[in-house]
Amino acid sequence: MWRKVLFTVIFLCFLALMALFGYALKRDPSLVTSPLIGKPVPDFSLPLLSDPNRTIGKPDLLGTPYLLNVWASWCAACRTEHPLLVQLARQNLVPIHGLNYRDTREDAQSWLERYGNPYDVVAFDEKGALGLDLGVYGAPETFLVDRNNVIVYKQVGPITEKVWVDVLYPKLVELQKPGQ
Amino acid sequence: MIVELGHLALILAFCAALVQAVPPLIGAHTNRPQWMALAFPAARWQFVFLLTAFACLAWAFLQKDFSVLYVAKNANSSLPWYYRLSAVWGAHEGSLLLWALILGGWTLAVSFLSRSLPFSFTARVLAVLGLISMGFLMFMLFTSNPFERLLPGAPDGQDLNPLLQDIGLIIHPPILYMGYVGLSVPFAFAIAGLLEGRLFSAWTRWTRPWTLVAWSFLTTGIALGSWWAYYELGWGGWWFWDPVENASFMPWLLTTALLHSLAVTEQRQAFQAWTLLLSIFAFSLSLLGTFLVRSGVLVSVHAFANDPARGIFILCFLAAVIGGALLLFAWRAGKVLSIGRFEVVSRETALLFNNIFLVFAAAMVLFGTIYPIIHVAMGMGSMSVGRPYFDLMFTVLMTPLLLLLGFGPVLRWKEDSLKQLLLRLYKTIAIAVVLGTAFALLAFAPRSLGVALSLSLALWVIGGSIYSIKTRLRNRRDLKSVLLSQPRSYYGMLLAHLGVGIFVIGVSVAVVYEQHEDVRLDVGESQQLGPYRFMFSDLEELHGPNYEAQRATIDIYKGERQVARLFPEKRSYDGGGNPMTEAGIDGGLIRDLYVSLGEPVGDNAWLMRLHYKPFIRWVWFGALLMALGGVISALDRRYRRTVEAKATVKGRAHVA
Repeated sequence: MWRKVLFTVIFLCFLALMALFGYALKRDPSLVTSPLIGKPVPDFSLPLLSDPNRTIGKPDLLGTPYLLNVWASWCAACRTEHPLLVQLARQNLVPIHGLNYRDTREDAQSWLERYGNPYDVVAFDEKGALGLDLGVYGAPETFLVDRNNVIVYKQVGPITEKVWVDVLYPKLVELQKPGQ
Repeated sequence: MIVELGHLALILAFCAALVQAVPPLIGAHTNRPQWMALAFPAARWQFVFLLTAFACLAWAFLQKDFSVLYVAKNANSSLPWYYRLSAVWGAHEGSLLLWALILGGWTLAVSFLSRSLPFSFTARVLAVLGLISMGFLMFMLFTSNPFERLLPGAPDGQDLNPLLQDIGLIIHPPILYMGYVGLSVPFAFAIAGLLEGRLFSAWTRWTRPWTLVAWSFLTTGIALGSWWAYYELGWGGWWFWDPVENASFMPWLLTTALLHSLAVTEQRQAFQAWTLLLSIFAFSLSLLGTFLVRSGVLVSVHAFANDPARGIFILCFLAAVIGGALLLFAWRAGKVLSIGRFEVVSRETALLFNNIFLVFAAAMVLFGTIYPIIHVAMGMGSMSVGRPYFDLMFTVLMTPLLLLLGFGPVLRWKEDSLKQLLLRLYKTIAIAVVLGTAFALLAFAPRSLGVALSLSLALWVIGGSIYSIKTRLRNRRDLKSVLLSQPRSYYGMLLAHLGVGIFVIGVSVAVVYEQHEDVRLDVGESQQLGPYRFMFSDLEELHGPNYEAQRATIDIYKGERQVARLFPEKRSYDGGGNPMTEAGIDGGLIRDLYVSLGEPVGDNAWLMRLHYKPFIRWVWFGALLMALGGVISALDRRYRRTVEAKATVKGRAHVA
């Protein structure tokens, strides 16, 4: 009797697993375009990761195109993408701003110490409030924003060399042309 | 031409697999010996074709044939020949070909070494292996063909991922795959047993050595992978609980459980259904692991976006293999059932708990690994459970397992008495606790109760094994002949358990007393870490065959005495990509000193990370001892006696 029950449980787990993978396959995140593309970055005001007493808001980011990278210390894929961000930051092509998402201050800071800090500023979004407004549904996500704070492109998942060379960089060059 | 030949060989291999699978299955069902006999030559032809295909791809790499898409993507002309060769399995398509080739090799070995098994049974085993092979070959031919042409050919190729340009990565995947794929043999034995509807008594004696060999490969492969991550990634860590590692660790846990359950089935004819189920699961998880990692469902859910056909194929294949096996099990397992009786205090019970803990651990790893997908599926955003979850769970599950392990070799089958057992072992327990605690408190600072506990546990594991061999020698005059008369599987077990003890010592000391410091150093400056002073003596430029590097010279002093000189590097490969860190490591039995370069800051200054890692080598050494124990067990005479009948020397060499 218990044998049958056990087996049924195992088989149900197997079915659930298959369904889950099926779902993961069907959901093709790169095709999900954000409804926010072409819209301005939502208003926000968040404390800095480095200093809880200082805040950063939308107007602080006006004036030049930038990347907004949503990351967290618990996110394994963020670690994959991180060396590339550090390299990009060194090349000084574009300011990279970080949005530290649903993290603890301590973890996030030691993570940056460990893997390097490519960010000009990092906003600390402990509750995920701005993340929610931005429609973030998984870290890492990266937004390319123009000088008027309008979202131009959203990369779901880690930025790879390929994504950078094929997509982000050409778009960025467009944005950085004077008069755009 | 050669490339087309390879493609053709792949198609022929598929045909051979078809012949190996379908007619023998029907033949075994309808009792037609000629049909069953087809499996044997088909298995050999399949291997020949796979080898041809593999050789053709290797040739394309060596000849720098950049008109092959896969070659152009994974090698360029400045890559040294040995890396061009290892690039054959450096990416998705080629690693699948390696997988198929190794499966062909195992199949070949089974076809040679299983002559004395019942004919219909061997035919079924080969047929099941053929079915698996068909799935893989179809996957390759339809979605991931390594022989696809790139016309017109590229003038030069892209570079092989610099992370993979390393000796560790030349040997790591083949060994790991030997383990993964080797699990297909116990799986095929289980399925054949279920199809046959009976498990003859020799069944476990047959499947056990195969499982042991596969397990040893898997253990070695995982240890090598961990070692590679340690010295090549430059983070100084040796285990990250990332999905790739978990994918190899889950089948390992289940195979470990399977080995112990097989012991019960062989000695006591108990746990039969359970053993079958474990055989099925171990291979299922190895399939799941290979696929998910290679295709990236787990690493990032995004990898399939490029080619949905691959994802769907994989899912269907997994569902067919696992689902089919489970249904077969549900249908037939009742027939092979037999329950041996045993008392609460007995070796059977201990092994039952061993199985429960290991299977639970595997389930927890699986859950932790796919949790991000579950989280997303339930609309809660991305989230990964991370290190604390795995560490906690493992401490909780492994502590009782280790406690049990000390008793294991001493416990009697069927019935033992707890009182007797404790009477026999109290000295061993006391020695382990006293020694472990004393060592932990005296040798290391700051003192840690956790380390004292885990060292005691480790010594207990080792002590149980020592006690076991001591009792076997007691009251015997002729020591030498007693030692020689013990079966090899017994020594294999002791060695593997000793490996566990050493592994635990390594882990507990390395985790607690590891020290590291991120510092900014100018040439000429130095930094103290524990008792060591790290001195940044020199910085130079270096030109490799396909990279440019910055190489630092770090002299390490303990007091006034120089203990090591390290040369960590930062490399930029010509093919582009992120700069790579080559750590400088001074290894030793009781400590490693480890330096990896971070970023340059200013003209002569670098951010670098200095590590002091006590006992870290014990981790890999313990794992290698386990693997060695597995091999020695597999060489036990009682397995060979059954093989001896007609096995050819050639065939045996292949298994080794």
